[in-house]
Amino acid sequence: MQRQAAYMRRSLFDQEYLDEQFIQLEELQDDANPNFVEEVVNLYFTDSARFIRNIELALANGPYDFNKLDDMMYRFKGSSSSIGAKRVKSECSQFQEYCNQRNIEGCKRAFQGVKQEYATLKSKLDTYFQIAREAS
Amino acid sequence: MEVENMAGDYSLSDAQELHVLAVDDSHVDRKVIERLLKISCCKVTAVESGRMALQYLGLDGEKSSLGIDELKVNLIMTDYSMPGMTGYELLKKIKGSSALSKIPVVIMSSEKILARIDRCLEEGAKEFLQKPVKLSDVKRLKDFILRGENDNKETEQMKEGSCSRKRKIQDCSLSLTQTHDIPSSPKCSSAPLLQQSLLKHPKIA
Repeated sequence: MQRQAAYMRRSLFDQEYLDEQFIQLEELQDDANPNFVEEVVNLYFTDSARFIRNIELALANGPYDFNKLDDMMYRFKGSSSSIGAKRVKSECSQFQEYCNQRNIEGCKRAFQGVKQEYATLKSKLDTYFQIAREAS
Repeated sequence: MEVENMAGDYSLSDAQELHVLAVDDSHVDRKVIERLLKISCCKVTAVESGRMALQYLGLDGEKSSLGIDELKVNLIMTDYSMPGMTGYELLKKIKGSSALSKIPVVIMSSEKILARIDRCLEEGAKEFLQKPVKLSDVKRLKDFILRGENDNKETEQMKEGSCSRKRKIQDCSLSLTQTHDIPSSPKCSSAPLLQQSLLKHPKIA
Protein backbone atom coordinates (compact mmCIF):
# COMPACT_ATOMS: atom_id res chain seq x y z
CA MET A 1 0.00 0.00 0.00
CA GLN A 2 2.80 2.37 0.91
CA ARG A 3 4.54 1.62 -2.34
CA GLN A 4 1.30 2.31 -4.21
CA ALA A 5 0.94 5.68 -2.47
CA ALA A 6 4.55 6.57 -3.22
CA TYR A 7 4.15 5.53 -6.84
CA MET A 8 1.02 7.58 -7.24
CA ARG A 9 2.65 10.58 -5.64
CA ARG A 10 5.66 10.25 -7.93
CA SER A 11 3.48 10.12 -11.04
CA LEU A 12 1.49 13.20 -9.99
CA PHE A 13 4.77 15.12 -10.14
CA ASP A 14 6.11 13.38 -13.24
CA GLN A 15 2.92 14.14 -15.16
CA GLU A 16 3.05 17.72 -13.86
CA TYR A 17 -0.28 17.67 -12.11
CA LEU A 18 1.60 18.97 -9.07
CA ASP A 19 4.65 21.16 -8.61
CA GLU A 20 7.15 22.19 -5.90
CA GLN A 21 4.52 24.00 -3.86
CA PHE A 22 2.85 20.69 -2.95
CA ILE A 23 6.18 19.56 -1.48
CA GLN A 24 6.36 22.82 0.51
CA LEU A 25 2.99 21.89 2.02
CA GLU A 26 4.15 18.37 2.80
CA GLU A 27 7.08 19.84 4.71
CA LEU A 28 4.64 21.70 6.94
CA GLN A 29 3.07 18.43 8.01
CA ASP A 30 4.26 16.68 11.16
CA ASP A 31 3.08 14.26 13.85
CA ALA A 32 1.10 17.01 15.54
CA ASN A 33 -0.52 18.00 12.23
CA PRO A 34 -0.55 14.73 10.26
CA ASN A 35 -3.36 15.68 7.87
CA PHE A 36 -2.34 19.22 7.07
CA VAL A 37 -1.91 18.71 3.32
CA GLU A 38 -5.22 16.90 2.96
CA GLU A 39 -6.96 19.64 4.98
CA VAL A 40 -5.54 22.36 2.75
CA VAL A 41 -6.46 20.44 -0.39
CA ASN A 42 -10.01 19.85 0.87
CA LEU A 43 -10.31 23.57 1.57
CA TYR A 44 -9.11 24.18 -1.99
CA PHE A 45 -11.78 21.82 -3.37
CA THR A 46 -14.53 23.57 -1.40
CA ASP A 47 -13.42 27.03 -2.53
CA SER A 48 -12.87 25.86 -6.10
CA ALA A 49 -16.43 24.59 -6.43
CA ARG A 50 -17.60 28.10 -5.64
CA PHE A 51 -15.10 29.83 -7.97
CA ILE A 52 -16.01 27.52 -10.85
CA ARG A 53 -19.73 27.96 -10.32
CA ASN A 54 -19.40 31.75 -10.27
CA ILE A 55 -17.29 31.83 -13.44
CA GLU A 56 -19.78 29.51 -15.13
CA LEU A 57 -22.60 31.92 -14.27
CA ALA A 58 -20.59 34.91 -15.50
CA LEU A 59 -19.92 33.13 -18.83
CA ALA A 60 -23.55 32.11 -19.32
CA ASN A 61 -24.87 35.40 -20.74
CA GLY A 62 -23.65 38.69 -22.13
CA PRO A 63 -22.78 41.44 -21.67
CA TYR A 64 -19.43 40.00 -20.57
CA ASP A 65 -17.34 41.83 -18.02
CA PHE A 66 -13.79 40.74 -18.89
CA ASN A 67 -12.26 42.54 -15.94
CA LYS A 68 -14.57 40.68 -13.60
CA LEU A 69 -13.93 37.36 -15.36
CA ASP A 70 -10.18 37.95 -15.14
CA ASP A 71 -10.46 38.86 -11.46
CA MET A 72 -12.46 35.73 -10.66
CA MET A 73 -9.99 33.53 -12.50
CA TYR A 74 -7.09 35.30 -10.80
CA ARG A 75 -8.45 34.22 -7.42
CA PHE A 76 -8.98 30.65 -8.50
CA LYS A 77 -5.51 30.57 -10.01
CA GLY A 78 -4.07 31.89 -6.74
CA SER A 79 -5.62 29.08 -4.74
CA SER A 80 -4.49 26.55 -7.31
CA SER A 81 -0.98 27.91 -7.10
CA SER A 82 -1.02 27.66 -3.31
CA ILE A 83 -1.51 23.89 -3.42
CA GLY A 84 0.84 23.33 -6.35
CA ALA A 85 -1.83 22.53 -8.95
CA LYS A 86 0.46 23.05 -11.93
CA ARG A 87 -1.77 22.03 -14.84
CA VAL A 88 -4.83 23.80 -13.45
CA LYS A 89 -2.75 26.96 -13.01
CA SER A 90 -1.63 26.75 -16.63
CA GLU A 91 -5.22 26.49 -17.89
CA CYS A 92 -6.18 29.47 -15.72
CA SER A 93 -3.43 31.53 -17.35
CA GLN A 94 -4.76 30.57 -20.76
CA PHE A 95 -8.21 31.83 -19.75
CA GLN A 96 -6.72 35.11 -18.53
CA GLU A 97 -4.95 35.54 -21.87
CA TYR A 98 -8.29 35.35 -23.66
CA CYS A 99 -9.76 37.85 -21.17
CA ASN A 100 -6.98 40.26 -22.09
CA GLN A 101 -7.88 39.77 -25.75
CA ARG A 102 -11.57 40.29 -24.97
CA ASN A 103 -12.15 36.98 -26.74
CA ILE A 104 -15.25 35.41 -25.18
CA GLU A 105 -15.20 32.25 -27.27
CA GLY A 106 -11.57 31.73 -26.30
CA CYS A 107 -12.54 32.23 -22.66
CA LYS A 108 -15.31 29.67 -22.89
CA ARG A 109 -12.99 27.14 -24.52
CA ALA A 110 -10.26 27.78 -21.98
CA PHE A 111 -12.77 27.43 -19.17
CA GLN A 112 -13.62 23.93 -20.38
CA GLY A 113 -9.91 23.18 -20.13
CA VAL A 114 -9.79 24.57 -16.58
CA LYS A 115 -12.74 22.45 -15.48
CA GLN A 116 -11.28 19.34 -17.08
CA GLU A 117 -7.87 19.69 -15.48
CA TYR A 118 -9.47 20.52 -12.15
CA ALA A 119 -11.75 17.45 -12.27
CA THR A 120 -8.81 15.20 -13.17
CA LEU A 121 -6.66 16.61 -10.37
CA LYS A 122 -9.46 16.27 -7.83
CA SER A 123 -10.06 12.67 -8.79
CA LYS A 124 -6.35 11.81 -8.58
CA LEU A 125 -5.83 13.58 -5.25
CA ASP A 126 -8.93 12.00 -3.73
CA THR A 127 -7.53 8.59 -4.67
CA TYR A 128 -4.03 9.47 -3.52
CA PHE A 129 -5.13 10.60 -0.06
CA GLN A 130 -7.32 7.54 0.34
CA ILE A 131 -4.42 5.23 -0.52
CA ALA A 132 -2.03 7.22 1.68
CA ARG A 133 -4.44 7.00 4.61
CA GLU A 134 -4.88 3.27 4.20
CA ALA A 135 -1.13 2.86 3.99
CA SER A 136 -0.42 4.56 7.33
CA MET B 1 27.99 45.30 30.62
CA GLU B 2 25.74 47.49 28.50
CA VAL B 3 25.22 44.62 26.07
CA GLU B 4 23.90 42.49 28.93
CA ASN B 5 21.55 45.31 30.00
CA MET B 6 20.19 45.55 26.50
CA ALA B 7 19.59 41.81 26.49
CA GLY B 8 17.54 42.12 29.63
CA ASP B 9 15.50 45.03 28.28
CA TYR B 10 14.43 43.50 24.98
CA SER B 11 10.66 43.27 24.80
CA LEU B 12 10.92 40.31 22.44
CA SER B 13 12.68 37.88 24.72
CA ASP B 14 12.42 34.16 24.10
CA ALA B 15 9.47 34.19 26.52
CA GLN B 16 7.42 36.19 24.03
CA GLU B 17 6.47 35.26 20.51
CA LEU B 18 6.04 37.59 17.56
CA HIS B 19 2.34 38.25 17.11
CA VAL B 20 1.53 38.39 13.41
CA LEU B 21 -1.71 39.64 11.90
CA ALA B 22 -2.25 37.91 8.55
CA VAL B 23 -4.76 39.39 6.11
CA ASP B 24 -5.91 37.40 3.06
CA ASP B 25 -9.26 36.82 1.39
CA SER B 26 -8.27 33.28 0.34
CA HIS B 27 -9.16 30.52 2.83
CA VAL B 28 -6.41 28.33 1.45
CA ASP B 29 -3.75 31.02 1.75
CA ARG B 30 -4.87 31.93 5.28
CA LYS B 31 -4.54 28.33 6.37
CA VAL B 32 -1.10 28.00 4.82
CA ILE B 33 0.28 31.28 6.17
CA GLU B 34 -1.09 30.42 9.60
CA ARG B 35 0.80 27.11 9.54
CA LEU B 36 3.99 28.74 8.23
CA LEU B 37 3.89 31.24 11.07
CA LYS B 38 3.04 28.72 13.78
CA ILE B 39 5.92 26.49 12.69
CA SER B 40 8.11 29.58 12.96
CA CYS B 41 6.92 30.06 16.55
CA CYS B 42 4.73 33.08 15.93
CA LYS B 43 1.35 33.79 17.40
CA VAL B 44 -1.08 34.28 14.50
CA THR B 45 -4.33 36.13 14.02
CA ALA B 46 -5.72 35.59 10.53
CA VAL B 47 -8.49 37.78 9.08
CA GLU B 48 -10.09 37.80 5.67
CA SER B 49 -10.20 41.49 4.79
CA GLY B 50 -8.61 44.88 5.28
CA ARG B 51 -11.74 46.07 7.02
CA MET B 52 -11.52 43.23 9.55
CA ALA B 53 -7.84 43.94 10.04
CA LEU B 54 -8.58 47.57 10.89
CA GLN B 55 -11.35 46.45 13.22
CA TYR B 56 -8.94 44.11 14.99
CA LEU B 57 -6.34 46.85 15.29
CA GLY B 58 -8.97 49.19 16.70
CA LEU B 59 -8.68 51.65 13.81
CA ASP B 60 -12.20 51.69 12.48
CA GLY B 61 -13.86 53.55 15.32
CA GLU B 62 -15.30 50.38 16.83
CA LYS B 63 -14.05 49.61 20.29
CA SER B 64 -11.73 46.62 20.19
CA SER B 65 -12.73 43.91 22.61
CA LEU B 66 -9.11 42.95 23.27
CA GLY B 67 -6.84 44.46 25.86
CA ILE B 68 -3.79 46.45 24.81
CA ASP B 69 -1.34 43.64 25.64
CA GLU B 70 -3.24 40.99 23.73
CA LEU B 71 -3.62 43.34 20.84
CA LYS B 72 0.07 44.13 20.42
CA VAL B 73 0.87 43.13 16.88
CA ASN B 74 4.53 42.92 15.87
CA LEU B 75 4.01 42.35 12.17
CA ILE B 76 1.22 42.61 9.61
CA MET B 77 1.32 40.39 6.53
CA THR B 78 -1.28 41.28 3.96
CA ASP B 79 -2.26 40.06 0.52
CA TYR B 80 -2.19 42.80 -2.11
CA SER B 81 -5.26 41.92 -4.21
CA MET B 82 -8.31 41.67 -2.03
CA PRO B 83 -11.91 42.66 -2.75
CA GLY B 84 -13.00 45.85 -1.03
CA MET B 85 -9.83 47.24 0.51
CA THR B 86 -6.58 46.24 -1.18
CA GLY B 87 -3.42 45.46 0.78
CA TYR B 88 -2.00 48.75 -0.48
CA GLU B 89 -4.96 50.70 0.89
CA LEU B 90 -4.63 48.85 4.19
CA LEU B 91 -0.92 49.70 4.26
CA LYS B 92 -1.70 53.38 3.76
CA LYS B 93 -4.26 53.39 6.56
CA ILE B 94 -1.82 51.72 8.94
CA LYS B 95 1.06 54.04 8.07
CA GLY B 96 -1.30 56.99 8.39
CA SER B 97 -2.20 56.07 11.95
CA SER B 98 0.00 57.42 14.73
CA ALA B 99 -0.91 54.45 16.92
CA LEU B 100 0.00 51.80 14.37
CA SER B 101 2.49 53.30 11.91
CA LYS B 102 5.47 51.64 13.60
CA ILE B 103 4.15 48.13 12.99
CA PRO B 104 6.04 46.64 10.05
CA VAL B 105 3.79 45.70 7.13
CA VAL B 106 4.68 43.09 4.52
CA ILE B 107 2.76 42.80 1.25
CA MET B 108 2.21 39.42 -0.42
CA SER B 109 1.23 38.96 -4.04
CA SER B 110 1.33 36.28 -6.71
CA GLU B 111 2.13 38.96 -9.27
CA LYS B 112 5.58 40.49 -9.32
CA ILE B 113 4.81 43.87 -10.86
CA LEU B 114 7.71 46.24 -10.27
CA ALA B 115 5.54 49.39 -10.20
CA ARG B 116 3.36 47.74 -7.56
CA ILE B 117 6.37 46.70 -5.50
CA ASP B 118 7.87 50.21 -5.68
CA ARG B 119 4.58 51.80 -4.69
CA CYS B 120 4.27 49.56 -1.64
CA LEU B 121 7.85 50.07 -0.51
CA GLU B 122 7.47 53.83 -0.98
CA GLU B 123 4.37 53.78 1.17
CA GLY B 124 6.38 52.12 3.93
CA ALA B 125 6.01 48.37 3.41
CA LYS B 126 8.99 46.56 4.90
CA GLU B 127 9.04 43.86 2.27
CA PHE B 128 7.17 42.45 -0.69
CA LEU B 129 6.85 38.65 -0.78
CA GLN B 130 5.91 36.71 -3.86
CA LYS B 131 3.24 34.05 -3.37
CA PRO B 132 3.14 31.23 -2.70
CA VAL B 133 5.01 32.22 0.44
CA LYS B 134 7.60 29.68 1.58
CA LEU B 135 8.82 28.68 5.01
CA SER B 136 12.22 30.19 4.16
CA ASP B 137 10.51 33.53 3.42
CA VAL B 138 8.84 33.51 6.83
CA LYS B 139 12.05 32.57 8.64
CA ARG B 140 13.97 35.33 6.88
CA LEU B 141 11.17 37.78 7.66
CA LYS B 142 11.10 36.82 11.33
CA ASP B 143 14.87 37.30 11.61
CA PHE B 144 14.57 40.68 9.93
CA ILE B 145 11.71 41.84 12.17
CA LEU B 146 13.51 40.69 15.32
CA ARG B 147 16.67 42.53 14.20
CA GLY B 148 14.55 45.60 13.49
CA GLU B 149 13.05 45.47 16.99
CA ASN B 150 16.55 45.11 18.43
CA ASP B 151 17.73 48.10 16.41
CA ASN B 152 14.81 50.14 17.74
CA LYS B 153 15.84 49.32 21.28
CA GLU B 154 19.45 50.25 20.55
CA THR B 155 18.40 53.54 18.98
CA GLU B 156 16.23 54.46 21.94
CA GLN B 157 18.82 53.50 24.49
CA MET B 158 21.91 54.88 22.78
CA LYS B 159 20.08 58.00 21.49
CA GLU B 160 21.93 57.73 18.20
CA GLY B 161 20.52 57.90 14.70
CA SER B 162 20.75 54.53 13.01
CA CYS B 163 21.18 54.08 9.31
CA SER B 164 21.04 50.30 9.58
CA ARG B 165 17.24 50.10 9.30
CA LYS B 166 17.18 52.02 6.02
CA ARG B 167 19.91 49.82 4.67
CA LYS B 168 17.93 46.73 5.68
CA ILE B 169 14.88 47.92 3.72
CA GLN B 170 17.06 48.35 0.64
CA ASP B 171 18.60 44.93 1.23
CA CYS B 172 15.13 43.41 1.41
CA SER B 173 13.90 45.02 -1.78
CA LEU B 174 17.03 43.79 -3.53
CA SER B 175 16.48 40.29 -2.25
CA LEU B 176 12.99 40.01 -3.74
CA THR B 177 14.06 37.67 -6.48
CA GLN B 178 16.17 35.50 -4.25
CA THR B 179 14.86 32.47 -2.48
CA HIS B 180 16.55 31.57 0.72
CA ASP B 181 16.64 27.88 1.48
CA ILE B 182 16.88 26.84 5.08
CA PRO B 183 19.17 23.84 5.43
CA SER B 184 17.58 22.33 8.52
CA SER B 185 14.05 22.07 9.80
CA PRO B 186 13.07 25.14 11.80
CA LYS B 187 12.95 25.02 15.57
CA CYS B 188 11.35 27.46 17.93
CA SER B 189 14.49 29.16 19.21
CA SER B 190 14.32 32.92 19.30
CA ALA B 191 16.97 33.20 22.01
CA PRO B 192 19.89 32.26 19.74
CA LEU B 193 18.60 34.81 17.18
CA LEU B 194 18.75 37.58 19.76
CA GLN B 195 22.23 36.54 20.80
CA GLN B 196 23.34 36.58 17.17
CA SER B 197 21.87 40.06 16.74
CA LEU B 198 23.72 41.27 19.81
CA LEU B 199 26.96 40.01 18.37
CA LYS B 200 26.26 41.85 15.13
CA HIS B 201 25.41 45.12 16.86
CA PRO B 202 27.84 45.60 19.70
CA LYS B 203 27.62 48.86 21.57
CA ILE B 204 30.33 51.21 20.44
CA ALA B 205 31.60 53.52 23.12
